[in-house]
Amino acid sequence: MNTASSGALQRFFDSDMWWSFRRSPLTVAAAAVTVVFFLAALLAPWIAPFNPFDPRSLNLMDAFTPPAWSEGGTARHLLGTDNQGRDMLSAIMYGCRVSLMIGLAAIVFSVSTGVLLGLLAGFRGGWVDSLIMRVADIQLTVPAILIALTLDGVARVALPKNVHDQVAIWVLVLSIGFAYWPQFARVTRATTLAEKNKDYVNAARIIGVPGIAIAIRHVLPNALGPVLVIATIELALAIIAEASLSYLGVGMPPTQPSLGTLIRIGNAFLFSGEWWIVIFPALALVILSLAVNLLGDWLRDALNPRLR
Amino acid sequence: MLSFVVSRLLQAFAVMASVSFLCFVLFNFVGDPVNNMVGQEASQQDREEMRRALGLEDSVAVQFVRFAGNMATGNFGKSFRLARPVSALIVERMPATLELVAVAALLALAMGIPLGVLTALRRGTVDTGAVMTFSLAGVAMPTFVIGILLIYIFSVECKTWAPALGLPPGFCFPSFGRGETVKVGGWTSGLLTPSGLKAIVLPALTLSLFQMTLVLRLVRSQMLEVLRTDYIKFARARGLYDRSVHFRHALKNTLLPVITVIGIQVGGLVAFSIITETVFQWPGMGHLFIQSVQFADIPVMAAYLVMVSFIFVAINFMVDLLYVAIDPRLRVDRARVGTAGG
Repeated sequence: MNTASSGALQRFFDSDMWWSFRRSPLTVAAAAVTVVFFLAALLAPWIAPFNPFDPRSLNLMDAFTPPAWSEGGTARHLLGTDNQGRDMLSAIMYGCRVSLMIGLAAIVFSVSTGVLLGLLAGFRGGWVDSLIMRVADIQLTVPAILIALTLDGVARVALPKNVHDQVAIWVLVLSIGFAYWPQFARVTRATTLAEKNKDYVNAARIIGVPGIAIAIRHVLPNALGPVLVIATIELALAIIAEASLSYLGVGMPPTQPSLGTLIRIGNAFLFSGEWWIVIFPALALVILSLAVNLLGDWLRDALNPRLR
Repeated sequence: MLSFVVSRLLQAFAVMASVSFLCFVLFNFVGDPVNNMVGQEASQQDREEMRRALGLEDSVAVQFVRFAGNMATGNFGKSFRLARPVSALIVERMPATLELVAVAALLALAMGIPLGVLTALRRGTVDTGAVMTFSLAGVAMPTFVIGILLIYIFSVECKTWAPALGLPPGFCFPSFGRGETVKVGGWTSGLLTPSGLKAIVLPALTLSLFQMTLVLRLVRSQMLEVLRTDYIKFARARGLYDRSVHFRHALKNTLLPVITVIGIQVGGLVAFSIITETVFQWPGMGHLFIQSVQFADIPVMAAYLVMVSFIFVAINFMVDLLYVAIDPRLRVDRARVGTAGG
């Protein structure tokens, strides 16, 4: 087991991908930033200086403390505090946790929906194929954010008001996830069509491998490369979509703020001079999405040298 | 060609039908429409009368046909929140959104195309690098963050840095609203007054930045592709001036895909105007839509969705036709000849 995994690791370090990764300093930086964000989000309850949701840690006397390096700032609150005396650095770490969780869950949902529908369309053909692909085409002409916003709005109207806050996270995951499935369906279908008449698939069919097993064990692995590329790029889009919805006030509630909610809260203080309450969460969001975007770009070039 | 038009029309019809059906379901089965309209103290009899008046006793199919008919004739019912006809609200808000979208689209083209050409012609120079880095930021920055940053720099902090630079006191831009508007016919325009023009600058920039980077990247990649082709080499061999080769020969063929993308992006501008309008408190349809989502104002939501899908369907339809009209290779009958021959 150990030798097998170290062999795989060795193979990875010898691969073209690792070489092209090391060759591009921008990508290495983007990867480092992404790792830092994921670690900060994952470990927030243990490494954040304060727990922004613990009322005992909030002190109204600390409200509106500017960042440590400007006049009136303290080293206790590196990025300052908001109107309730919440430590901005901790709030951003917890906000990243919520943002990344929703983004990842939404992409997992849209990858599974899209891949499933793409396999179905590719293997079945006929009217199933044209129905699925026609819906995907139509959905692709409408911006994903509008679809997510519509689904989110419908869900908010349909659900009773008192449960909004508890289910907000799942409403967001489903509505954003549903907005991004067509790309995955297209790519999976194209791979399926290219692979399904090849000899190895026919051989598998002849020795009696059931259709589902052929689809998942033999055809699907061929689609994983492009799916991974799209998933990375769409993760950045999903994080932005979630932040936009939360900023518009139809996403995460202030009791469980994501980065977008923090920006929404902070927006009110932009005019009174407390810029750090809005600018820091906004910067965190931009840096995170930029880093994930760059990683996605690199992945696309590394996995498909024919492009550009 | 005719079959192409018919199939596109059918598709457009299917989209509109499914959107209206979604709105219908929303309107009739989410919550109780009677409860939404009458007060708490309405008697049982009042409620039943209301049900009859709304036609809720009829079959679902009859109700849907009536609903679709109402939508098609512009009768969207009354807003729960503002107790006014939705069609009046939409007509009132529409000019603000359309002006914003039009100015943003113009900005995106006016900046995107020249920058795209420039970066394609001057590969590997410092200014190209700067523009491309900047365009990456345009892709990664969410619309609302761009808006907030612009407000912070040109509206809030501006009051400190503008006088220091010796700029006139009225230099800073307003951060919300449309400024003064003038009524021309039924259209309230902000483009005819100085304060209205000033008010549209920041929102239009915010809205256009993403589309601008898109146009820029597209023009650049197309231009690079076209510059490699034989007919450009031939044009150079004929001794034509660079300017003539670049702009009369190359740019013309670059613009073809740009037209499609721009068509689709105008739809995108309408969608993203929801966010921009919220950041800048711009009194347009998107702002109205977000408020109606927050207050569960179903008639307004339904009307907005139907309107926006209609805009999308119409734009897509026109772009498809335009594309076929411009690019002869796409005409179905000729395409068949082309593949048979080559």
